[in-house]
Amino acid sequence: MRSLSLTFIIRKFVEALVTLFVIATLTFVALRALPGGPFDSEKALPPEIKANIETRYGLNDPMHVQYVRYISGLVRGDWGESYKYVGRSVSDIIAETLPVSMQLGFLSLLMALAVGVPLGVLAASRHNSWVDTTAMLVAISGVALPSFIVGPVLVMIFSFGIPFSFLHGFLPPALWESWEYMILPVVTLGIRPAAILARMTRGAVLEAIRQDYVRTARAKGVAERNVLFSHVLRNSLIPVLTITGPLVAGLLSGSFIIEVIFAVPGIGKHLVASVTNRDYPLVLGLTLLYSAMLVVANLVVDIMYSVVDPRIRVEK
Amino acid sequence: MLESRALRRFLKNRAAVVSLGFIVFVALLGLLAPWIAPYSFDVQDIDRTLEPPSVDHWFGTDSLGRDLLSRVIYGARMSMAVGIFTAFISVLIGGLYGALSGWVGGWIDTLMMRLIDTLDAIPSLVLLILVGMVFTAYQPFESPELRALTGILFALSVVGWVSMARLVRGQVLQCRELLFVEGAVAMGASPIRIMGLHIAPNILGPIVVMLTFQIPSNILFESFLSFVGLGLQPPYSSWGVLANDGWRAKSSPHLIIFPGAALFFTMLAFNLFGDGLRDALDPKS
Repeated sequence: MRSLSLTFIIRKFVEALVTLFVIATLTFVALRALPGGPFDSEKALPPEIKANIETRYGLNDPMHVQYVRYISGLVRGDWGESYKYVGRSVSDIIAETLPVSMQLGFLSLLMALAVGVPLGVLAASRHNSWVDTTAMLVAISGVALPSFIVGPVLVMIFSFGIPFSFLHGFLPPALWESWEYMILPVVTLGIRPAAILARMTRGAVLEAIRQDYVRTARAKGVAERNVLFSHVLRNSLIPVLTITGPLVAGLLSGSFIIEVIFAVPGIGKHLVASVTNRDYPLVLGLTLLYSAMLVVANLVVDIMYSVVDPRIRVEK
Repeated sequence: MLESRALRRFLKNRAAVVSLGFIVFVALLGLLAPWIAPYSFDVQDIDRTLEPPSVDHWFGTDSLGRDLLSRVIYGARMSMAVGIFTAFISVLIGGLYGALSGWVGGWIDTLMMRLIDTLDAIPSLVLLILVGMVFTAYQPFESPELRALTGILFALSVVGWVSMARLVRGQVLQCRELLFVEGAVAMGASPIRIMGLHIAPNILGPIVVMLTFQIPSNILFESFLSFVGLGLQPPYSSWGVLANDGWRAKSSPHLIIFPGAALFFTMLAFNLFGDGLRDALDPKS
């Protein structure tokens, strides 16, 4: 079992690397296919200067030379230099802003788990009662609420005091300096995953409650509390786990809009800006980074499966 | 008939029926926007900017004095059109791709699925932005607004088909093992005939359900992109564009509340409708 898991992990890891390599290639091709270079500004540069700049970044070399240079740079951990932020490497920009985004995403995931899972369990344990109906109405509303509506509304309420003037300045809207600054962005980002988790958990618990082993436990006279926590909940965690991979992805890419709204100094704001600036190295770097995080999240979920549920053998 | 039983189950779900009604209502609003909207979406009244809701302007006016109600109605037109159109395109692409992959099998299937795995490994918003950017650049149209519109249509269609392809492939794989399909093969029916006549009717349910979830997700993506300025450009009005206007105006909450509410209730209706449809077609879940 142990060696089996190890080969599984290694195989998955290699697959992930191949996937990322293909993504790097596809992105490279897509970006170079775009008309208009990164240094086409509205004010036309004198041709000599433009030529100088393009030589500096190697943009005049044949495409395959640029490609080989880029890929070999990737392998060596050199992700290139930003076109827009002169003199700064992509890795620097990532190193500086990623921790903030990770913190935002992690806190939101925690919030989603802390709110979503109990809500789902509560709804399922009172199946078809008003508690269930209310909880699910709240959950489906949470799924339907776009973060770019919630965010601005929260900002209006808490930082401008519209229309509740007593809340004016209660929670600062921007930056990322202490915990007060984190509440609004984290809540805004966490609502949707919390709602999705609540719905998933409810479904999974209802499924588990119908199983024979639960009936057996009840027949043996196990207290209802224990049935719920040690028999039902443990077994319903697996489907909930499956959704966490995609959820992490949603948190990653969803965070950029939150970062724009709340002026969080994370990596997300660079995503939009780098695309409009045609900052190719940064776009490539960010695409790879986001994809790598998604791939890793899914890998972790795959591995956790086999840990949580011994029935699932990881060989395929 | 199975269909009538599913229909009866669906009709019993009040939330789903009401939601369907609401979706039809919004779609009609969008379709008939030029006749229903009290004003045109781009007529400005400079003397009456940023007014809160009043008798003349039920939803108030925006920073250029345009009637917000009319803009929300025209926004419905754009958002619904974009959502429905791109969802159907992705069904078309994903359906063909998935059917081919599932039917042919072997190394072609493996290769085709690898491509899907790769696309899946890029977070959809990042993929959307990249694809949208490339498609916006390559276009026959001159006007930047039109370019942005076709760019986003393309991007949403290209990104959405992946999950559909996966679904269809899985369904085809299940179906081709069934006896009646084997029988058809034995009788020498062509693959296209088998697909269209024997398999397609049997896998339609899950596809329709997925479609009802794909439409709102595309509407949401479009709004998302328009909100950050990578999607539709003003003066086109979609709910995302309006939400962005509202966000920038800051001091006038009605500018974000009304488009936000339109978006929220539409999302809610699609979700409830999709749930109801799924439960009706698949009583097991």
